[in-house]
Amino acid sequence: MSENSHREIFTIGIGGAAGEGAKYTGTNIGTLLRDSGLQVYLSLDYPSLIRGGHNFIRISCSKEKVWNDYAKLDVLVCLNEETKEIHKNELKEGAWVLSGLNNEEILNKIKEFLSTKGLVDFTSGSIAPKGELVDGNTAFAKGLQTAGLDFYISYPMTPATSILHYLAEKQTRDGLKVVQPENEISVINMALGVSYVGKRVAIGTATGGFALMQEAFSFSGIAELPLAIAVVQRQAPATGVPTRSSQSDLRFVIHAGHGEFPRIVIAPGDSEESFKAGAEALNLAWKFKIPVIVLLDKILSEHMMTSNFDKNISVEKNKDIIFPGTPGRVVKVTSYEHDEGGLTIDTASDVKMAMDKRFAKGEEIKKEMLKRETVKVYGDTSSENAIVFFGSTKSPILEASKHFEKSVKLVQIVWLEPFDIEKVKRELEGKKIICVEANYNGQLASLIRERTGIEVAHKILRYDSLPFDPEELANQINSILK
Amino acid sequence: MSELNLSTKAKITWCPGCPNSQILVAVKQAVTELVETGFFKIEDLTAFAGIGCHGKISDYININSFTSLHGRLVPAMIGAKCANPALTVIGFSGDGDSYSEGLEHLVYAAKVNADITLFVHNNRLFALTTGQANAVSPKGFKSKSTPFGSIEEPLNPLLLMLASGATFVARTFAGDIAGTKKIMQDAIKHKGFAFVDIVQPCITFFDTRDHFNSRAYWIDENLPKNDLKLAMEKVSENIEEKVPLGIFYQVEKPTFEGELHK
Repeated sequence: MSENSHREIFTIGIGGAAGEGAKYTGTNIGTLLRDSGLQVYLSLDYPSLIRGGHNFIRISCSKEKVWNDYAKLDVLVCLNEETKEIHKNELKEGAWVLSGLNNEEILNKIKEFLSTKGLVDFTSGSIAPKGELVDGNTAFAKGLQTAGLDFYISYPMTPATSILHYLAEKQTRDGLKVVQPENEISVINMALGVSYVGKRVAIGTATGGFALMQEAFSFSGIAELPLAIAVVQRQAPATGVPTRSSQSDLRFVIHAGHGEFPRIVIAPGDSEESFKAGAEALNLAWKFKIPVIVLLDKILSEHMMTSNFDKNISVEKNKDIIFPGTPGRVVKVTSYEHDEGGLTIDTASDVKMAMDKRFAKGEEIKKEMLKRETVKVYGDTSSENAIVFFGSTKSPILEASKHFEKSVKLVQIVWLEPFDIEKVKRELEGKKIICVEANYNGQLASLIRERTGIEVAHKILRYDSLPFDPEELANQINSILK
Repeated sequence: MSELNLSTKAKITWCPGCPNSQILVAVKQAVTELVETGFFKIEDLTAFAGIGCHGKISDYININSFTSLHGRLVPAMIGAKCANPALTVIGFSGDGDSYSEGLEHLVYAAKVNADITLFVHNNRLFALTTGQANAVSPKGFKSKSTPFGSIEEPLNPLLLMLASGATFVARTFAGDIAGTKKIMQDAIKHKGFAFVDIVQPCITFFDTRDHFNSRAYWIDENLPKNDLKLAMEKVSENIEEKVPLGIFYQVEKPTFEGELHK
């Protein structure tokens, strides 16, 4: 895309000490921009503490779709003196620097800025918003609700906690219930109890919390108890950098749980896809009686984007499952290998039959994949160059593509497990491939090779916990494709 | 009403003479009477189990069952009760299962007063793994993992449950089937977290038959049941010397699922 369209994107930064309301002011500005009919992308960066550290919100907006925020600022809103100093090198020429203003004064200045730049005509009467300004966690939670969520169970852990906060607010007397038990091990086991008696349940945690849940994750596999799980990645190993992002848990989640059993892992790339993934996770978990993981990350979970949710999503029920409380029926589930009646078995032929029965679902899931968006393609689909990615890197890549000098096909792997071998082969075979991902080992690139035999020629890896910058990324890709 | 058939086709693999069979008899009697008196319909009863010798019980009783992971039955019980409060939720656990592996879940269930009933088959060691000391084995106990004697003081689970907020705390002895059946029924009828420690010998790895036969006694039924201090005193009696049995404590408090659905 041309320089011209790039100039039509404007970026506003809001900085302050933690506790000074940078997020509040930033969200207000984001809402104002959305209400003004603009496309908005809002990012936030904050340290893991309650007060004192530097919080920074950055919002890029335009009349056209904005997939990611930019580093260079047209406006800097300073809630403290330090902000001016920290961000002085990010200011574009002629940037507006606002300080010492209250919330209302800030919003008025932003309006003035929008008018001056010809972005919005506030005198024109009704302005239609282009969608909801929503983060990936909230979108995921809304997706769960759309698919008939009865219970959400979670123990707080950044960056998954906002799902808990959002759904806790949405509880009703006869509807959704939210429980926060004593730890993550309890969370997943409690959820399996809920699932056993027939209520649609989801859990959510950061990958560290999911690590604690492994034994019960495997239990859901052998007992065929439906369960939707949000796993939100942050910079690891261990406690890592709690408020920063990563895509280093791809391999962990696709192989999670001891033993072998079918599962689905979906990695949405933006808020709209998070919504859809939340709904699909519940529907698919119940359809196939399996655990379904939605793999998110800090960026996707917290960054907000103008979004329009899929209106065609409904509650897909499974009428073949029987629950306790059914007269004349005894419902037995167990973590032991078992026969159809739920009694423990250990003879080799019975064990093999039970394994084969569970994996027979794999064939059904393959058929289902034909109906689902397992892989998405953007850009010039006939190009000999392909960029492949998963999860939240979709945002900087699609934004970067506005600055590509060569034609490029963009391939997003949405289903990480089962891996859509045929489709990925079709999109990538014979291409010059660049894989972009936020981890050290190039986990997606290795997965592509493992499942398709296709070698990724170039990897752009980031593992410093920060988001990719679209302009930097465009420069890197342009120099590879030169 | 058709005759209740509580047996399954599963072959019993407990050691011949294992007191788990006595607990199974007591449960079947307790359940049959509760169905006959209309306390619940059999389909509305769900039994959870952990992993250990006790956990095999769900294969041997023809009712809804959920055999959990080692130590993890309690959160699953709470989940089931919250999701369908019309169900009667009972659980069978072991001392290794709930006093060693899953202790935190016991404390939480007692604290939130979930309306579930937990029976802990307590033989004071890990039996299914062929005999190791656990959280309630006596100090000095020699086992395969403690060949020179356990260096730990045993935990007093009843005292812990009283301190954690359990609203029904009792102990019974597996050898006394009638007494166990009665306590099971009282525990199931209790609205709130009912905790029952069932002491039992492990005839293979820790044969305490003589110990319990000579030291177990039923406390005076007329003692007040709502006196926490008195209950703590009774359960603090040294189990090496005297083994008090009976309901030590029972009070009414709002239940977890009751509050959740309010």
